[in-house]
Amino acid sequence: MKNTLRQVFHSSKFLTGFLIFAAILLTMWIYPLFNPGNPLEMIGVGTFAQPGTYFSLYDAATTRTETLRLPDADEKRITNLVSDADRAAMIEWFGLMEIDVSEVDATDIDALLDLWLEHYDPSVKIKGMTQARRNFFKRLDKNLRQIRAADTLLVMHQEEEELVEKARITKTDYVNVSDVANVKRLPLGTDNFGRDVLKELVSATGTSIVIGLIAGTVATLIGLTLGLLAGYVGGLADDIIMFITNIFTVIPGFVLLILISYSIGQDQRGASVVAIVIGLTSWTWTARSVRSQVISLRNRDHVNLSKLSGHSLFRIILTDILPYIASYVVMAFILQVSSGILAEAQLSLLGLGPKTTVTPTLGLMMNWAMLYSAHTNGSWWAYFPVILTITLISFSLNLMNTGLDQVFNPTLRD
Amino acid sequence: MKGYRKYFGKKILWFIITFIAAVILNFVLPRLMPADPVSAITGKMASGMTDATAVQEIYKRFEEEFGTNKPLITQFFIFVRNLFRGDLGTSFSQYPRKVSDIISSAIGWTVALQLPAILVGWLLGNILGALAAYIRKGFDKVLLPIALFLSNVPAFGMAVTLLVIFAVKLKVAPIAGGYAFDMIPNMSWRFIKSVISHYQLPFWSIVLVSIGGQAIGMRSMSIYELNADYVKYARFLGIKDRKIVGYVFRNAMLPQVTGLALSIGTMIGGALVAEIIFSYPGLGSTMYSAVTAADYPLISATTLIITIMVLIVTFLLDIIYGFIDPRVKAAQFDA
Repeated sequence: MKNTLRQVFHSSKFLTGFLIFAAILLTMWIYPLFNPGNPLEMIGVGTFAQPGTYFSLYDAATTRTETLRLPDADEKRITNLVSDADRAAMIEWFGLMEIDVSEVDATDIDALLDLWLEHYDPSVKIKGMTQARRNFFKRLDKNLRQIRAADTLLVMHQEEEELVEKARITKTDYVNVSDVANVKRLPLGTDNFGRDVLKELVSATGTSIVIGLIAGTVATLIGLTLGLLAGYVGGLADDIIMFITNIFTVIPGFVLLILISYSIGQDQRGASVVAIVIGLTSWTWTARSVRSQVISLRNRDHVNLSKLSGHSLFRIILTDILPYIASYVVMAFILQVSSGILAEAQLSLLGLGPKTTVTPTLGLMMNWAMLYSAHTNGSWWAYFPVILTITLISFSLNLMNTGLDQVFNPTLRD
Repeated sequence: MKGYRKYFGKKILWFIITFIAAVILNFVLPRLMPADPVSAITGKMASGMTDATAVQEIYKRFEEEFGTNKPLITQFFIFVRNLFRGDLGTSFSQYPRKVSDIISSAIGWTVALQLPAILVGWLLGNILGALAAYIRKGFDKVLLPIALFLSNVPAFGMAVTLLVIFAVKLKVAPIAGGYAFDMIPNMSWRFIKSVISHYQLPFWSIVLVSIGGQAIGMRSMSIYELNADYVKYARFLGIKDRKIVGYVFRNAMLPQVTGLALSIGTMIGGALVAEIIFSYPGLGSTMYSAVTAADYPLISATTLIITIMVLIVTFLLDIIYGFIDPRVKAAQFDA
């Protein structure tokens, strides 16, 4: 046993898979310690807030400031405030006014702004320009002038119809983020309901892995029992079991899954029920391979010896057969776990996943992101981490499986 | 051909048995469940109604329509009789369209998308896997991890990724649908062009997903065969490498055909979900809209049709397997 384990961990494939999976498990366990609370709490009011660090502007306005004179601060500020569309509009206006912009670099926003302030005249009427377009340029001019003009911002608060100055913010005022009372880091932004995606993802990964484990256990237990019975007992039992197994191999488990899940109904469909149903529809592979392994073991000498000694069926199976197929069963179990996680995700995408208000799962997160078209509005953080997590879990499990396969089937070794 | 009679006879018998089992399951499963579909539908239709007798009336009407007030065995025969007439009931969500009508307009899209995609993915995967096994060294080192990773990307994940890269960011492909939304299906050149451009992303997402798994399977089968005794013996006899490789890959292909037959159900399941991402007008999207609208007859019909499709493909693969596996051939002619 010890030797086998050493051999298994010697396989680089198994080790890589194991490390990835362990890292995922560890994150699931450690992250909630730092960021406790309900993963489904809706902290954002809008949908799909970008990933990043958010700090309260209200708190920041009254936090002690330091004066920093950074040489490129103005330039950065202007670049940030003038959008690409504004820039294009400025150049368009210069073109219409036949002003030579060849000397000015379009990326040098400072120079462009100078040119604009020098030349723009709202009273000039350009032929063929609609009133709406002219108003657009007027608004643009107003915005651009503000960028240059405003030196100090005043923060006021109202006291009995009177405005009282609360803070004065100049361009060189800086606040240390750690001094601000309310800072929220959202490394993966928020989702369509304004929930912290990372927190949700960690919790969903946990649920999905549990679903995979339950599904894998159910499938392996059924497959193992049927395979052992069919292979060892043989005869009529074998015929009946193989008949059923053959039928369920051809009828796609996915279809059965849909039928059963739909029939159960939304209310009864908790995460564990979905997991059990997945397990109930995916045991055929294990049953088939266990049976063929057992048949090749059935007439080995040690089994016959056990039979002659009058050991019970249960004991023979437990001590003389199971140890020989254990590696196989473990490998099958690993594959079942990974396909169980995938099955849950697909089921949820169809709208047949676990009940939606209690726990997030990877499939449900994907389903929500798709329902709110995160993929077409550019909110990659709502679905891409989910896809990556599913892929990584199943990648690591499959790597472990391949590694085990190579240890136990020497012909496959590189 | 004559020698195959027994083989084919057995396969056809199995096909019929599984078909019957599938129909029975499709009938029994929803009726076994604690939730009564009729009351679920009634609940949906009667939401907001306060008049108990009206709700009762609705329940009776649906009971009548589904025949759930009759004994189970009578229901089953009605179900089978209607099935043979091609009558799968009336859709709730697209009332008064017939379910068979909706299915027949969707099935073509699914078959035309998935069959070529799975076949191309299978072929490409096998070629790459065989090459990796034969060349080994650098090619294998690069290909194997990529294939392993790709084979673990779920079909819907690949679909979303391709969609975002090519349709949303690069704008070289349309975002959704089977053809441009402002068109009516016809045989004009413009329509065909639109269909082809909408076909690309769903097609390649299925191909890319299936390549990985097939390549890995083919690679390990080929390595296994390359190490077999007959290869060593043939080398020893001085048979040309080219010829040996031909035999090896032929032998390695056989389990791949069986593997395809066994995994086709799973692959189609994954591809159906990928269809939803692209709103492709096939069975996957039909099923999705049926689920969201709680359209019970449509769901049960879609699952039945998908099962039948998988059964037919598996049956065809079994037949092909009979022709290409020399062991089957030998067994038939000996008898």
